Amino acid sequence: MSAAVKDHVQNLATGEVAVQMVGVHKWYGEFHVLKDINLTVHHGERIVICGPSGSGKSTLIRCINRLEEHQKGQIVVQGTELTNDLKQIDAIRREVGMVFQQFNLFPHLTVLENCCLALIWVRKMPRKDAEEIAMKYLTRVRIPEQALKYPGQLSGGQQQRVAIARSLCMNPKVMLFDEPTSALDPEMIKEVLDVMIGLAEDGMTMLCVTHEMGFAQKVANRVIFMDLGEIVEQNTPTEFFNNPQSDRTKLFLSQILRH
Amino acid sequence: MSIATVSFEPKPSLPPPVATAGLLGWLRANLFSSWLNAAFTLATLYLLWRVLPPIFDWMIAEAVWVGDKTEECKNADETRKGGACWIYVRARVSGFMYGLYPYDLRWRVDLAGAVALALMVPVFIKAMPYRAIYGLAAILLVPALASLLFYGWYDFPPNVPEAQTHPWRVVETAKWGGLSLTLLIAWVGIGASLPIGVVLALGRRSKMPIVSALCVGFIELWRGVPLITVMFMSSVMLPLFLPEGVTFDKLLRALIGVTLFSAAYLAEVVRGGLQAIPRGQFEAASALGLSYPKSMALIVLPQALKIVIPGIVNSFIGLFKDTTLVAIIGMYDFLGAVALGNADPKWLGYAVEGYVFAALFYFVFCFSMSRYSLALERKLNTGHKR
Ligand SMILES: Nc1ncnc2c1ncn2[C@@H]1O[C@H](COP(=O)(O)OP(=O)(O)O)[C@@H](O)[C@H]1O
Ligand SMILES: [Mg+2]
Repeated sequence: MSAAVKDHVQNLATGEVAVQMVGVHKWYGEFHVLKDINLTVHHGERIVICGPSGSGKSTLIRCINRLEEHQKGQIVVQGTELTNDLKQIDAIRREVGMVFQQFNLFPHLTVLENCCLALIWVRKMPRKDAEEIAMKYLTRVRIPEQALKYPGQLSGGQQQRVAIARSLCMNPKVMLFDEPTSALDPEMIKEVLDVMIGLAEDGMTMLCVTHEMGFAQKVANRVIFMDLGEIVEQNTPTEFFNNPQSDRTKLFLSQILRH
Repeated sequence: MSIATVSFEPKPSLPPPVATAGLLGWLRANLFSSWLNAAFTLATLYLLWRVLPPIFDWMIAEAVWVGDKTEECKNADETRKGGACWIYVRARVSGFMYGLYPYDLRWRVDLAGAVALALMVPVFIKAMPYRAIYGLAAILLVPALASLLFYGWYDFPPNVPEAQTHPWRVVETAKWGGLSLTLLIAWVGIGASLPIGVVLALGRRSKMPIVSALCVGFIELWRGVPLITVMFMSSVMLPLFLPEGVTFDKLLRALIGVTLFSAAYLAEVVRGGLQAIPRGQFEAASALGLSYPKSMALIVLPQALKIVIPGIVNSFIGLFKDTTLVAIIGMYDFLGAVALGNADPKWLGYAVEGYVFAALFYFVFCFSMSRYSLALERKLNTGHKR
């Protein structure tokens, strides 16, 4: 065990660390999609992950709640290591919320039912209490009046806010966002980012894959740049944008900041 | 610079072009839009004119409706053009319903029917709490209760008088028959094949190679043989493989055959629905902490099954009609009972009436299933498009 790993394990014991990835590798068949990922996220930290399309950003955060399985290395979330043990996976998913690019709301259920579902079936909560909690978070994302509609009747921005509320209902300690605004029309991006900024201000631990650089500058503690399955560079937003170290980062920034 | 005021006066709308208005316009647009179209229209009209009046005459105008003896039809044949003899159907209808079931016990079959109806009524009441769960329970309970009523429970040795008279004496399944048997087989087949089909479809998509290979093998095996072979196998071959002395009711074997056969087809229908549900739905459910069975039961299957309602009902209609194949193994279902009636020496020569009646009955039944499925689709489709 390297000194770095020992250090990490120490951190885990103190409960400071929300997510820890040590030497994580993943392959899709022959394709090496994640290469030696080392990442530690402390409680209350807001991380923004960016990088070119196909660089493995989604795969990285999907490994954290086991939507994808890593083949080498260690991932520890809230003190529980991810193994093939279903109990541990359940325990981790209970602590981790996720918001997807395509919202993934359940189209056959109303907004309220979308939010209550996991409370009732995972937390075994009576329906009445679950609805109360759901309404609380729907109010927080500012769409309580849409509670009885079906997702198909809402705009993209509203749907994504419902998806955020649905995750929050489970009271997660860590939130994962995978390009939450990429499928939205420009005029709806702000309403979703505002909700996310609110979350950040309340101290939620967040890992966001996004190309919204304004958002990164405003809320991130750290920006991580990925390319070809590797973490190329990580830094505070100010340093990252004003003083990028690697050529790949410079190239990427010049491409996304041009427009 | 002054702007000229333009006076605006709406002009009356023009009438629609003569050719597209009214009945004449409709006829021209739909039936006589081209020479070819006109030729088809005329040919069709000619065919209908040749076919429909004779059918009408035979079925209604010239048919014998009143009476209860063969002679009435025979006499009518001399005076009329030879219409249908519906009094034959009336005279045999009890046989069509109950097959060879003992006359004095037919009330037990009626009772089973009444119980089935009574248990199913709440399924269609909107305000009923836990309607889905109740519906599932009813679908499983009804055939069990019905079988019990059909079968009875006092099994007397043949030499005691009660064996002929007791109201709850056992009636062997070989004596069951007619419409009541058809409905029982269809009910069991439909109720049991859907859950089995769903499990097979899920198994086929499983990541575990052994599970998926087993399901694929099972599905392809059953899809690869005709039902008629399954029936033969179940009645002729299966007993050869069973240990000495073990008997296995013939009806039960037929039921298992029909159910598994239909389940294999349903599995493929359901798989189509599962494939149409984006992966993201399952992922979102997993990310919320729902286990695999709960994700499937609450998120994926409700959406997948909704998509494939037409395919499912199609399979059910097929199953309903396939029940007629139990005739192969010597059971008299509805069609078998009709055929049996046609051989009644008192009523020889009226088989056509019997078969037409059977065809009409099957049509009405299958057509209502298809209509109900359309209504269900429309109802489930309101409000939430993806
Ligand atoms: N299920 C999969 N099977 C094979 N290759 C995949 C799969 N999912 C993603 N990939 C590949 O892995 C790479 C990284 O994907 P992803 O993590 O989605 O990238 P990003 O989110 O950064 O755009 C891409 O080249 C993609 O084509
Ligand atoms: Mg991605």
